[in-house]
Amino acid sequence: MSATTAAWLVLALPLAGTIVISVFWKLLPGRTAGWIGTGAIFGSFVFALLALADLQDHAEEERQLTSNLFDYVNTAGVKAGMGILVDPLSVMVILVVTGVSALIHLYSVAYMDSDEGYRRYFAYLNFFVFSMLLLVLGGNLVVLIIGWAFVGFASYALISFWYRRRTATKAGMKAFVINVVGDVGLVLAAFLLFRDSGALDYEGVFRGAQDVYTINDGTLIAACCLLLVGAFAKSAQIPLHTWLADAMEGPTPVSALIHAATMVTAGVYLIARTHPLFELAPAAADIGAIIGLLTLIMAGTIALVVTDLKRIIAYSTISQIGYMVVGVSTFAHVAGLFHLMTHAFFKALLFMGAGSVISAMGVGGDASIDKMGGFRKAMPFTFITFTIGALALAAFPLTSGFFSKDAILAFDWERGGGYRVITVLGFLAALITALYAFRMVFRVFFGEPVPAARELEEGHVHHEPPHNPGTGEPEDTDVGYPGPDHAIAERAWPMKAAMSVLAFLSLIGGIALVPGVTKTLEEFLHPSFEDSKFAEMVPSAGTEWTFGAVGAVVSLAGIAMAYMIWMRRPGLSARLVERFPRVHAFLANKWYWDELYDYGVVRPMSAFGNFGRGVIETRFVQDTIIGGAVGIVRVGTSFARSVQSGYLRAYALLLLMGMFGLALYFLIVSS
Amino acid sequence: MDITWYIVLSAFIFAIGVAGVLSRRNPLVILLCLELMLNAGNLALIGFSRMWGNGDGQVFALIVMVVAACEVTIGLGLIVALYRRRIPIDVDEVAELRG
Repeated sequence: MSATTAAWLVLALPLAGTIVISVFWKLLPGRTAGWIGTGAIFGSFVFALLALADLQDHAEEERQLTSNLFDYVNTAGVKAGMGILVDPLSVMVILVVTGVSALIHLYSVAYMDSDEGYRRYFAYLNFFVFSMLLLVLGGNLVVLIIGWAFVGFASYALISFWYRRRTATKAGMKAFVINVVGDVGLVLAAFLLFRDSGALDYEGVFRGAQDVYTINDGTLIAACCLLLVGAFAKSAQIPLHTWLADAMEGPTPVSALIHAATMVTAGVYLIARTHPLFELAPAAADIGAIIGLLTLIMAGTIALVVTDLKRIIAYSTISQIGYMVVGVSTFAHVAGLFHLMTHAFFKALLFMGAGSVISAMGVGGDASIDKMGGFRKAMPFTFITFTIGALALAAFPLTSGFFSKDAILAFDWERGGGYRVITVLGFLAALITALYAFRMVFRVFFGEPVPAARELEEGHVHHEPPHNPGTGEPEDTDVGYPGPDHAIAERAWPMKAAMSVLAFLSLIGGIALVPGVTKTLEEFLHPSFEDSKFAEMVPSAGTEWTFGAVGAVVSLAGIAMAYMIWMRRPGLSARLVERFPRVHAFLANKWYWDELYDYGVVRPMSAFGNFGRGVIETRFVQDTIIGGAVGIVRVGTSFARSVQSGYLRAYALLLLMGMFGLALYFLIVSS
Repeated sequence: MDITWYIVLSAFIFAIGVAGVLSRRNPLVILLCLELMLNAGNLALIGFSRMWGNGDGQVFALIVMVVAACEVTIGLGLIVALYRRRIPIDVDEVAELRG
């Protein structure tokens, strides 16, 4: 099978899954829908492997395969087809997407078991995977934009999955609106690129850009910044990051799939995909790097003080995507994508563990780590896998996160100059990462067992009446809610299987790129990035291991600090909060971004809207224009209306009078 | 016989019809009176036809009869519809078209 055929099948299977589940949902009892969805994604993964195998059979220069199913537009100089591009970059990303998605589908089969919206959930989830694959495989900007928008919708639908929960629907709207800002950026970028290069497919755009633009051409910088707007909205970077933490209102596997492993890395993929443009516009790439760096540090500090378990992981995701954005923006493409891959493994794993713990807290159990503690004995499996995820996140030596994070930082040191700042601050952020990663582990699994943990040790799961953990409102469970059966990893084999595989990958995922030993990923991705000026800039194994040692020290120091703060001296964190109340408030309020948007955008817009409704519409349109026109007609027709009495006999009389009048007239005229 | 008699009779019948249409409130009676007016017209047409000695007026009279039959059908249909909707059989009650 050729690589392109396999890639089309990769796309077709999740779409087929969506259609089958959404059309025949009434005929699918029990877990059938879940298994159909999971099967579709596993099949997709298998075809992605076939595509990989076939791609490797081609000579290295011929690993850019395109295939066109039909023409979308072919008129007036615009030519865009329903086409895909299969090259090492897209194949790598679809492997990560389908692989992780398949495991998360498997996890969801058990996790969502007692949810009323089980079938709806899997239809959405399959649709999401289809959109994500379309985005990645799309061979031109049009298909990219279509996938981009579909993904935004799928994210909206899944965040608002429990649509009776007001906080969930609000979070969904927030995510959608911010994503649309990104869509607009992307579309405008496509307009600019098309105007100047005359092409929509990637190769044509890149070739056209090389001919038209000089280095740092103003238009190109504008186009690249617009691409960055798109990337930042999807990848939750400053200033468009505020939606991601709220997106945690969705079911936990959704957070694992969309808001950690796949969709949010779309921005990283976009920057890597359009790297020839960014190399022509290094200024725009530097903007990307600076913002990535800021996001990386900002989100890390927030993750230190937030108490909602899922939100800690969400801010950690924002922070880790910061690393990837820094990586691909400084043209450390391989390292950035390597981190994308390892992050997908360990972050999905952390979310799965969090889902298991939250279930153990009771239905709609509190996700606040203030109320958790001592789950180590009650949930040994979740404890071990979660800790593995946290180790990889903290870049513990020889775990997957260790290699990928250091690869980015070592590359930036190698580039020298101002880029060395990135390395230094990157290690600072790594310290913060280790701190908050183990803050979660120590707070959730160690210490005095909370009542829910004790109950679980005795063999039954804690139960609470369903309520919204955010607002405390009682929950409406008609349209879906993860209860009343509690899905914890210890008791459901699909969850256990998915988490085991991811834990294994989180541990050994680093072997794809061990400095001085393996170069698998680098060699594989080389054809996609061989035109890059920085393709040959690879830090020597010695440099890499030096930074590896620094990274190891930083990571261990972070873990040790976390141990000091939350284990050895309980109460130290409380004292710190007392000592620096302003700092704590600043971080706990997430740097006041939400407030900034509330006062800067939401309120002015809503005031403007109210003004429009109250003054322009009511007073001007309704009262003046419409009311005035009606008044004029009413006055002008008052006589005609008074004749229309509605009495039949009055009409008859008028008729006769008219007739007699006419007769009289003719008589007078004729005589 | 002189045409005048026919015309005078016709005018009388027509006037009775007009008076009925204008003064009565029962739609059935109004329909009856309309018939009177139409037939007064018919009478005049046939009278003139006889005066001129050709058949044109009689053709007109036949057409008027057909129109009258149609009109009665619709009129009675309206009355039945009113009855079914329990609206009083009174033309002054059916005055919704007031402007």
